[in-house]
Amino acid sequence: MTSHAISFLNNRRVRDVFWQVAVFAVVAGLIAYFVRNASDNMAKAGIASGFDFLGRTAGIELPFLLTRYTPQSSILALLWAGVVNTMAVALVAIIAATMLGFVVGIARLSRNWLLSRLAGAYVEVVRNIPVLFFVLFWYFAVIAALPGPREAIGIFAVAFLSNRGLTVPTPQASGAFAVAALVSAIAIAAQIAVAAWARRRRERTGRGFPLWSSGAVLIAAIPLLAFAAAIAATPWDVPVLRGFNYRGGFVLIPEFVALTAALATYGAAFIAEIVRGGILAVPKGQVEAARALGLGPGQVLRLVVIPQALRVVVPPLTSQYLNVLKNSSLGAAIGFPELMNVFVGSALNITGQAVEIIAITLAIYLAIGLAVSALMNWYNARVALVAR
Amino acid sequence: MRTRLAAALRFVHRRLFATPLDALVTFACGWALASAGARLVRWLLIDATFRGATRADCTGAGACWVFIRARFGQFMYGFYPLDQRWRVDLVALILVLCAALIALPRLPYRRAVAAGIAVALPPLVLFVFYGGIGLVPVETREWGGLMLTLFIAVYAGLLAVPLGIVLALGRQSRLPVIRTLAVLFIEFWRGVPIIAVIFLASLILPLIVPSGIAVDRLARAVIGLALVIAAYMAEAVRGGLQAIPKGQYEAATALGLRYPATTVLIVLPQALRVALPAMTNEFIALLKNTSLVLIVSILDLLGVAQAALADPAWVGMTMEAYVFAGTIYWLLCFALSRASLRLERRAGMGR
Repeated sequence: MTSHAISFLNNRRVRDVFWQVAVFAVVAGLIAYFVRNASDNMAKAGIASGFDFLGRTAGIELPFLLTRYTPQSSILALLWAGVVNTMAVALVAIIAATMLGFVVGIARLSRNWLLSRLAGAYVEVVRNIPVLFFVLFWYFAVIAALPGPREAIGIFAVAFLSNRGLTVPTPQASGAFAVAALVSAIAIAAQIAVAAWARRRRERTGRGFPLWSSGAVLIAAIPLLAFAAAIAATPWDVPVLRGFNYRGGFVLIPEFVALTAALATYGAAFIAEIVRGGILAVPKGQVEAARALGLGPGQVLRLVVIPQALRVVVPPLTSQYLNVLKNSSLGAAIGFPELMNVFVGSALNITGQAVEIIAITLAIYLAIGLAVSALMNWYNARVALVAR
Repeated sequence: MRTRLAAALRFVHRRLFATPLDALVTFACGWALASAGARLVRWLLIDATFRGATRADCTGAGACWVFIRARFGQFMYGFYPLDQRWRVDLVALILVLCAALIALPRLPYRRAVAAGIAVALPPLVLFVFYGGIGLVPVETREWGGLMLTLFIAVYAGLLAVPLGIVLALGRQSRLPVIRTLAVLFIEFWRGVPIIAVIFLASLILPLIVPSGIAVDRLARAVIGLALVIAAYMAEAVRGGLQAIPKGQYEAATALGLRYPATTVLIVLPQALRVALPAMTNEFIALLKNTSLVLIVSILDLLGVAQAALADPAWVGMTMEAYVFAGTIYWLLCFALSRASLRLERRAGMGR
């Protein structure tokens, strides 16, 4: 009788079920308690709930727009404008950070002592300073200290950098670009077909094919030429100084320039470390073995070093890219109208519905993050080591 | 002597001037370094103004360190009342004494002493800062500067470490419900921007507590930061947990130990030692991220520097304020990252 009771309480499955139910009950109870308090408090304060506010007129101006938003648009359109601005900042910053990070990371591995020390100093200085510092510094100390439009720094006489931001030329027609995009798509499709044919032929006959050369022509040269031709064929709206400011072109406001520059210079230090780690992670014996098999230096790099380095580099690089995306929310500190600023800032002021607004904002960041993670996991599974 | 000179020459040849391209790179880097360095030294020291009391005293082309001198108190203590600042100094002194005590080479019962300090100090420091019972109360909105940066980092860390350990254990759990809850919690906080969490904490926390209870503004920010850092800490601890060989668990089971005893006596002591460098790195990230409380108008070191720029009596002190605040952040984080490297090396040697 008693021995049965003891063995029942000591039964592993009974204990497992008990603990899981207990933990779940505590968590669910806590959440229920918070929700009840919140609905009580909101009812007392007379705060509305629900998502009807998304259809209301936003009524505020945004200083930087890539969508067709106007102050008469709905709050949903405001949200979308913020999401697009966030994506634009993150995209530009990620590209710039990757390029700078690769340069610094490779410089750090240079045989040249001075160069590698300089790159190391850059990494050590940047990594130990808050990212918000970079955003404020670029905005208040660098961009604000640039000369005014009259003495603006010209970039090939088509773009102008001043304390009012970066003024860039805009295309006035999109037809030529559509043609260029179509040509590029055809060229890339051709390369994919050639690659498939070359693989089949190699498997059948063992004969190789210079895929990299055809790729250089089909993926790089033809699209580049097509877009260069499109750039030349399109009439451009080039900014011109009129009085105290520039007319024409598109103005990347100082907040945009400062935010992207800050995210790029900050992120580059972390990417540099990732790149360095990836290159160092390929054992020397791999290179020597490839050489011994008779592969040329280019083949060693393409077939042996880069694939193995990528395997190490991609996962941390993904989380760095997500960090850049998340850090773009710091635009709120300098008034750039990205998601945090237009939604948790402006939309909250208009509606006062804190719970819904924060829930939507967090959900969007989580959704973008999950999408990028899923993409990278798929890629990672493809490049992962296949144990045979 | 001669061999050393030869070695130096060989180094210069091999590492700086091996090929013509190398020499070119060396000259370009050297020129950039020299010209930037010369400008920096001129601005920081040679052309800088050190003496004086007002903006008018700064006539040189260099930095105006008079500004930092005039504002030094604010950079350190924020708006903490002048006649109460000794309390912050006292805390700093206590901390130094405690650290010295633990560092004593032949201290008896070192572990007990350290544990006692870790338990007693946080409430004591909170009391000295906040006041009450005999001390003049100082509202948290008057706190600021470096003191607040360190306060937020330490208290958010104190909350985050135990929570992170629990989450890491939950994520490694055999039980699917517990594992799922831990994964959801960790991935949620890691997936959203920290300033969104600080907003969330400052707007939602007052809503979810029973009406009538006020949550201090600073406490909200600390809790928000702690939740995010706990998720990152959990991943650092998980790394340590994964480093423990299965045999350790099996041996503990063979000895008749249950889950709590196994975890506390066998697993965590080893896992935390392995995870310590990673946890230190998370703490560095936390220290840097305390600056984000600026977004809800809590002025830590960076916030005070930013606020000082708006003072009409000190127009144009942007560089000075940023250079000063940035240097302090850098020194703190760099020292911590060196400590983390040393921990890592020591952990590696034991294996």
